[in-house]
Amino acid sequence: MNTLLEVSDLRTQFHTPEGNVFAVNGISFNINEGETLAVVGESGCGKSVTMMSILGLIPIPPGEIVSGAAVYRGRDLLKMSEHELQRVRGKEIAMVFQDPMTSLNPVLTVQRQITESLRTHMGMDAPIASRRALELLDLVGIPDAARRLNEYPHQFSGGMRQRVMIAMALACQPSLLIADEPTTALDVTIQAQIIELAMRMRDQLGMAMIWITHDLGVVAGLAERVIVMYAGFIVEEAGVDDLYDDPRHPYTLALLGALPRADRRRHQRLKSIPGAPPSLLVQPRGCPFAPRCELAADKCWAESPSLRPVGAGHRLACWFDVKEMAS
Amino acid sequence: MTQTVSKTSIEPVVRPAPLAPHELVGPIEPLVRVSALKKYFPMTRGLIFQRVTGQVRAVDGISFTILRGETLGLVGESGCGKTTAGRTMLGLYRPTSGSASVDGLDLQALHNSQLLHFRRKAQMIFQDPYASLNPRWTVNAIVGEPLRVHNLFKTERQRAERVKELLELVGLNARHVNRFPHEFSGGQRQRIGVARALASEPLFIVCDEPISALDVSIQAQVVNLLEDLQDRLGLTYLFIAHDLSMVRHICDRVAVMYLGLIVETSGRDELYESPLHPYTQALLSAVPIPDPKKDRARRRITLQGDVPSPLNPPSGCRFHTRCPIARSHCAEQVPELREVMSGHYVACHEVK
Repeated sequence: MNTLLEVSDLRTQFHTPEGNVFAVNGISFNINEGETLAVVGESGCGKSVTMMSILGLIPIPPGEIVSGAAVYRGRDLLKMSEHELQRVRGKEIAMVFQDPMTSLNPVLTVQRQITESLRTHMGMDAPIASRRALELLDLVGIPDAARRLNEYPHQFSGGMRQRVMIAMALACQPSLLIADEPTTALDVTIQAQIIELAMRMRDQLGMAMIWITHDLGVVAGLAERVIVMYAGFIVEEAGVDDLYDDPRHPYTLALLGALPRADRRRHQRLKSIPGAPPSLLVQPRGCPFAPRCELAADKCWAESPSLRPVGAGHRLACWFDVKEMAS
Repeated sequence: MTQTVSKTSIEPVVRPAPLAPHELVGPIEPLVRVSALKKYFPMTRGLIFQRVTGQVRAVDGISFTILRGETLGLVGESGCGKTTAGRTMLGLYRPTSGSASVDGLDLQALHNSQLLHFRRKAQMIFQDPYASLNPRWTVNAIVGEPLRVHNLFKTERQRAERVKELLELVGLNARHVNRFPHEFSGGQRQRIGVARALASEPLFIVCDEPISALDVSIQAQVVNLLEDLQDRLGLTYLFIAHDLSMVRHICDRVAVMYLGLIVETSGRDELYESPLHPYTQALLSAVPIPDPKKDRARRRITLQGDVPSPLNPPSGCRFHTRCPIARSHCAEQVPELREVMSGHYVACHEVK
């Protein structure tokens, strides 16, 4: 397996009137060609900021990428000029956002929006690009595609709009698709359709996928590897089966315990996690989860644990090991 | 427990004792009755000379009851009418036809002072804790408003005391009464919304997607709070949600809506373990399960297309356009909601 993208020690901060927001605090991960990686965490954990930093989509100022590298096929994306980045974005790395209504231009037809990247990146002329746009709409399962090409975003339902977004993202056959909560605004039945579509496209086109979500349920059937983020840190990383069978970080455990299950009879109250995620305005010191952690000891408050391997492909950032403690 | 909550009330409300599961076996008078409730919204054209060009049939004749102390889940996709149903039941919308009653008070028959009494008994918790609290009001004003509206205390001081009690009841710090909503996190704001709903000592609360705007780690806190309050105060809930996993966790019975109609209703475990309506089956098969092996192994029923417009719903069974087992008569005859097993109702021609 070849590494497609390798991110190391990425730190992103925002300088705001209230102070510095420590959004991403030195995270490292990689993704291989053709692999599906899920990034899981609650709002404000830095999962979206990470991806936007990699793609140069952070507004600077107020944002600042303090340190780090994001090496994509031998080239560091963080060192590229805007012009070079534009040739990567949309062509080799494409992104699908959460809200398809705000990420589509409401005054342009769908055809115009899909053909834009075909013409800029692939140098297609208008008739060829239109034909390709039609193929793409067909590919993502939009019925009556020829007619719908000339319609505007408001004429599409939420699920159909997300399909249009995926068609746009796939237009240049990217090697990496970053999907940021693409199904959060959708109903479960439509969510299932979109996930099925994404998996089919991934398999057909052989692209790698990073799926950002807060929903541990969605990830289970989709990803091969999972990264759990909390307050701008990666707290655990594991293969998907490993993470659900053998979660090691108290936060991962707590998240799984707080999830109700549709496939089981209720046997107890939900285990709630006390407190709320920490303010990102405070310079992180110690383990970010310590204030809400049952196991927290003096060391946890003083020093932040770094990620260490605890098994094959399993990394953990915790001074303790739940498994060792149990045995 | 009941007494401590309403101790300062000048007119103590007699609450039903919390029901233990074994007590639910006997015949119990339902607290909430909804029968043939319809709510249509007119579609109009023209600014000055408005003409009605159509009716959005948001809720198109639903009937159900909720027992005292019970939680009924109302589920379905967006646009199925579940929120409209909840709001119409409380008189926030005037019903087009049909009736809804809480504790024997029929909403349709009530006027002014009686309506006020009805509203005291039936309250609502809203979905968005950011939009449902007035940003210019302090917590004291927000939670105290129902006390003023219903004239529950003689003096401002007594009201302020009661507000503090309510805040403590929902797990907030009573010293924060003079803060504004923006000073609280999402979960805390939802607690303020719960405290406001409890202020008038209701018997029945419509919870309209109370946790969908919250993070996973906070959702469990709010759900556990709602359960605790139900146990302590004997509350009855209508829990409107699209999160089917949470509904299985918190509800005793579940009703599934599609395009303004209830297509299936039964006890929680029965519904999740042996759903009969093809729509319920598809809906449940789409729910993500946080277990990779199980999730990969199961068979998904993927529905084609989107929910049709409630402006012009399909003839016969409204689900026939997306139904995997539809036959020709499904497009012609409207299936009735009938009891196929004890307590399990389904509206489908093909279910025997």
